[in-house]
Formats: sequence, structure tokens, C-alpha cells
Amino acid sequence: MKAVEVRELVKDYGNFRAIKGISFEVNEGEIFGLIGPNGAGKTTALRTIATLLQITSGSITVFGYELPKAAGEVRKIISYLPEEAGAYKNLTGKEYLNFIAKFFGEGEKFQNMVQRGLEIANLGERINDKVDTYSKGMARRLLVGRALMVNPKLAILDEPTTGLDVVNAREVRRIINGAVEAGVAVLLSSHNMLEVELLCHRIALINDGKIVASGTAEELKKEYDARNIEEVFVKAIK
Amino acid sequence: MIGNIIKKEFKELFVLSTLIPIVVIAIVYGSAGNMIGNVQESIKEKPVIGIVDMDDGNFSGIAMSVLTGNAKVVYNGSGVEEGLQEVREENGVALLAIPENFSHSIYANNPGEIEIYWIMKGAGMMDSISSGAVEGLIQAVNQEISKTLIQQGSSSDPALVLAPTKRVETTFFKGKEIEGLSPSTLSNMLMSQSIVIPIIVMMLIIMAGASVISSMGLEKENKTLETLLTLPVRRSHIVIGKMVGSALVGLIMAAIYMLGFSRYMTSFQSSNINLADFGLALGMPDYLLVGISLFTALLAGLALCIVLGTFAKNYRSAQALVFPITALALIPTFIIMLKDFDTIPAVLRVLVFAIPFSHPMMAMRALMLDNYWLVIGGIAYTAVFMVVMVAVAVRIFNSDRLLTGSVRKRAGLGRLGRGFRR
Repeated sequence: MKAVEVRELVKDYGNFRAIKGISFEVNEGEIFGLIGPNGAGKTTALRTIATLLQITSGSITVFGYELPKAAGEVRKIISYLPEEAGAYKNLTGKEYLNFIAKFFGEGEKFQNMVQRGLEIANLGERINDKVDTYSKGMARRLLVGRALMVNPKLAILDEPTTGLDVVNAREVRRIINGAVEAGVAVLLSSHNMLEVELLCHRIALINDGKIVASGTAEELKKEYDARNIEEVFVKAIK
Repeated sequence: MIGNIIKKEFKELFVLSTLIPIVVIAIVYGSAGNMIGNVQESIKEKPVIGIVDMDDGNFSGIAMSVLTGNAKVVYNGSGVEEGLQEVREENGVALLAIPENFSHSIYANNPGEIEIYWIMKGAGMMDSISSGAVEGLIQAVNQEISKTLIQQGSSSDPALVLAPTKRVETTFFKGKEIEGLSPSTLSNMLMSQSIVIPIIVMMLIIMAGASVISSMGLEKENKTLETLLTLPVRRSHIVIGKMVGSALVGLIMAAIYMLGFSRYMTSFQSSNINLADFGLALGMPDYLLVGISLFTALLAGLALCIVLGTFAKNYRSAQALVFPITALALIPTFIIMLKDFDTIPAVLRVLVFAIPFSHPMMAMRALMLDNYWLVIGGIAYTAVFMVVMVAVAVRIFNSDRLLTGSVRKRAGLGRLGRGFRR
């Protein structure tokens, strides 16, 4: 079964068409990257798949559940990490993980989730401090922990390493890879083409609401006779 | 340079979502101003009364002269029942009856009795203004009789000269016949008994409403809303959860406030009059109805706050959105304090009924006067208002509005129910 199937997706904001009929699939156990410049439609696509935005036309199915009809079922199996996500500042890191885990399970399942969240976030004693005392990197690790601790079948990660320093970005990438090894399908967006090349099994280049190329990094580099994905992108949008 | 900053601030704050509530409130206050203007006009008019003179003596003649000269007399005959009927039909204030032995009694150094039959229309502060004018007339009658007593040297009793008449009062109010109380005394008593509920409602709505609107603003400002909306929880549960959480906070804050306020209020209640003696006390079922009315109004208000909160872009804009809720809580508080629901102009009556917070404010006084339909109707209306507001809120939570500030399609009522289940 495909983790995600997007067919001819169109998304309008009033008179502005943000997504102009894109189609792609994400397989189980793979990391699929949507890459493109700011304003290309990456976040809109991810938000629509994450049940946050209505579909103007086209279709989206997540593990066989069709949106928006089965939005409730989809929310049970996905985990979404927005680009500028935050946590409740009056809670400690651990309280925040507890709050989220309660939506996904009880008893032992709940305890295991929180434990997994603590391990992923890896904040040591600081997990018991209020979130508003965290640095940006710590907050992002907490949020990645929150997103992956619930054992989603699909993790939707919008610019997961944005704003992080090299060390924290590497750590987040390691966590994502670990989740995929555990069977999670990941759909992520990034405008960091080098990162996507390192992380993703397959990628789709998106520009001005349209997918201009897709495949593995190697396939795309070969097709466009390019040394890296950045070069592929420049050639693809010409 | 400074102009650039002023322009930026102005554009940031002067937006449609904050402007519309202010315009609505301005219209409402305009209407309230008209109401007060109408009352002021009525103060200038002569009070409408009826007179029954069964004495036909020297002092009753003085009284008749004062009354006919300073009031609009719509009945001047010999039957109390007939006179009351006429005064009621003419929308009058009172029927004054002077009994047979009025002059004789004064000449015998006993105060002359004046029977006053008050027709009380409402229990608000402004409702008793016309009865105040009649009180003034009776004072004038007293002065004229005193003057005559002094000029004639008819009495050597200074107490009688100072107070040559005494009153026997009966007030007819909403089908009740209350003996021994004037409208102003009754109005003050009802006010002191029923003022606490409007203040509680006002505080609850303002405090709980502010926290729910702020919570929406904070969800956006702290970027937690997107995560919340992708969790496996029904939108209706998010809306209800926010409402109930804020209601609890509001209840605690209002309780703390009321501890001080009730102490403050009891310091004014020195009257020994027991409302139960006049059939105006509340029983347990009445208090239960007041409680239900208060609870439904609070939830309805919070549901409205959630809808307003969806317009908040951040904590700062959320603060601006608290204003219309505060105004909506203040409007019925003051209107009901000034006038009874039955005596306000029709347009204001519709407005007061439409504001869900009005109903618990009116409930206690209405129940004292056995007006169950107003209370039960109010509860039913408030419950429907709450359900509609929750449905609208859920619909907005299901739309793009929360994240993008716009809705793709207008939600029809049929789709509201579907939105509830998602």
C-alpha cells in the first residue's frame, strides 16, 4: 500500500492558485522530499495532506484513507511537524510530551510513547524545565521527539532542520533516519537541496505550484547532467 | 520617520475585525441613549394620576387643587376600582384616594390618611422615576396643608403641622398586590436582591471570555495551533475543551471577585423587609432555573468568544477582541439595572433578549414575579445560541480560516452538522 497518493492536487487561496495540479506518491518506509524555493507550494502541499487545509480539487489518500472524508482516520496515523512549530510555553518539555501522548494511547502504550519522546528529544535534565527556557535547537528536538514518539505510519515534516546549527541539524537527520528504519514513512519539505540529497530516497522538485521533476537524486542528476540537486533544480525550472 | 511608524501602527490596529464590533457597539449605545432621552422627556411631563375624593372637605380641597394643577388627572370620581381601571388604561402612575374623614381627622390633630394605589410597570431605576413625581406631589399637598394650618392657627401640634398627612400604600406590580410598599421601596429591594447575579454574569463572561480569546491568540502566536489541529481529536472536542477550561478559570476568578463583592453589597442591605412576606421570595426550583440560565449563558458566551478568537492573529489582537464581549456583557447589565425588560422600547427588548448574557441577569427578578416564560424562553434561546456558535466554531476549525484567515466556501447550515462530527 502507498503511504501517500496525491493526484492532480490543486489548492486555491481565494483567487491565488498556490498548487497547480501536482501528483506524487510516497512509499512505505521511504523518505520522500519536496524541495523548492520559498513560496513554491511545499508547505501548502504538506498542510493539505496533514488535513489542515481543504482540497480545492484533485485527490489525496493516506494509507488508503481518502481526504477530506477520512480526515479523522488520517490524523490517527500521521504526525505533522510544522516549519515554525512551537510547544506550550507554560509546560515543561516532559509535560508537553505527556499532553501529546494522551491523544494517542493510554497505560503502557502512553508510557512507552513518552519514553520514546524523551529518548528522541535527548534533553537530559532540561526536559523538566519550562519550554520557554529552551534554545531553538532544544525546542526543535523536543518537537521532533513529539512528532516521532507516537509511532506514526507517516511523518510529515516541514523544513525539519530549518534554523538549526550544524550539530542540531545532523542530530535531527539522524533521528529521522532512525524512524524510517523503524518503518515510518516520511514526507518532508526543504529548501536545503544538499540536505534533501543526503536524506531522501526520492525527491520531487516543486516550483510555482508545479512539480518540475521527480525521482531519486541519482536519477535526476543523470537526467539533467548535473553535479548536485541544486544544479538539477536550476536546469529543471529553465 | 515618526509618520512612518504611526502609519504602520494604524494599519496594524485599524482592521475590519476590530472595527465591526466597535461599530455595532456604537449603534447599541446610540439606541440606549435614545431610551434614556425618552425617559428624560417623560420626567418633564406631568404624572398621570387618578383622584378619588370622598372627603369633600377643606383640606381635601387643598389637596385636589395641588394635584389637579400639577398632574394630568385622568380620573376624578368616587370609585376606587373604577379609578384604577381608568388609570391603568391611560398608562398612569397612581390613584390617590382621599377618604371621608380626611379633613376632620386633621382638624382633630390626627394626620389625614391618603390611600395611594400605585401602578408599577417595572423595577428598574428609571421605572420608578414617574412614581417619584407623584411622591413630589404628595409633598406639595403636605406643604399647602401645613401652610393653611399655620395661617388658620388650627393646630398647636408641631408634629401635625410638619406632617399633616400619612400614606396607606398598595402597589400593583405584574399581577401582584403588594400592601405597604411604594414602587421605589420595592424597586430598591428587588434591585438589592437581583443585582448580584448580573455582576457575577458580567465578571464571568469578561474573565472567562478574555481567557478563551487569549488562548486562541496564544495558540497562533506560539505556533501550537497547527499541531493541535492534526492530533486525533475531534474539532468539537477542541472547541468544547477550550470552552470548559476557560469556564472553570472564569468561575474561579469570579468566585474570588464575588467574595469581596458580596461583602461589599451586604453592607448596603440594612432593610428589615422580608420579600417572602410579599410573595417575592425564590424557592429551590427558582434557584435551579437561575443556575441553569447562568450556566447556559456562560457556555453560549464562551462559544461566541471561540468564534471571535478565530479572528485573533496573536495575543495582542486577541486583547482587542475582548472588547466587544465586555461591551456585550455591560449593555444588558446597565439596561436591566435602569429599566425592566417589559418597559424598555421594543428594539432594545429584542437586543437585550438576543444577547445571551441578559437572561441570567433578568432571571432572578423575573422569577420573583413568576415570569417563568421569560426565564425558560431565555434558557432555550441561549442553549440554541450556544449550539449554533459551537457549530460555527467547529466549522471554522474545519476550514482554512484558522490558518489562512479566509474560508474557501461559505458554510451552509447543513454542513455545520457534518463539521461537528469531524
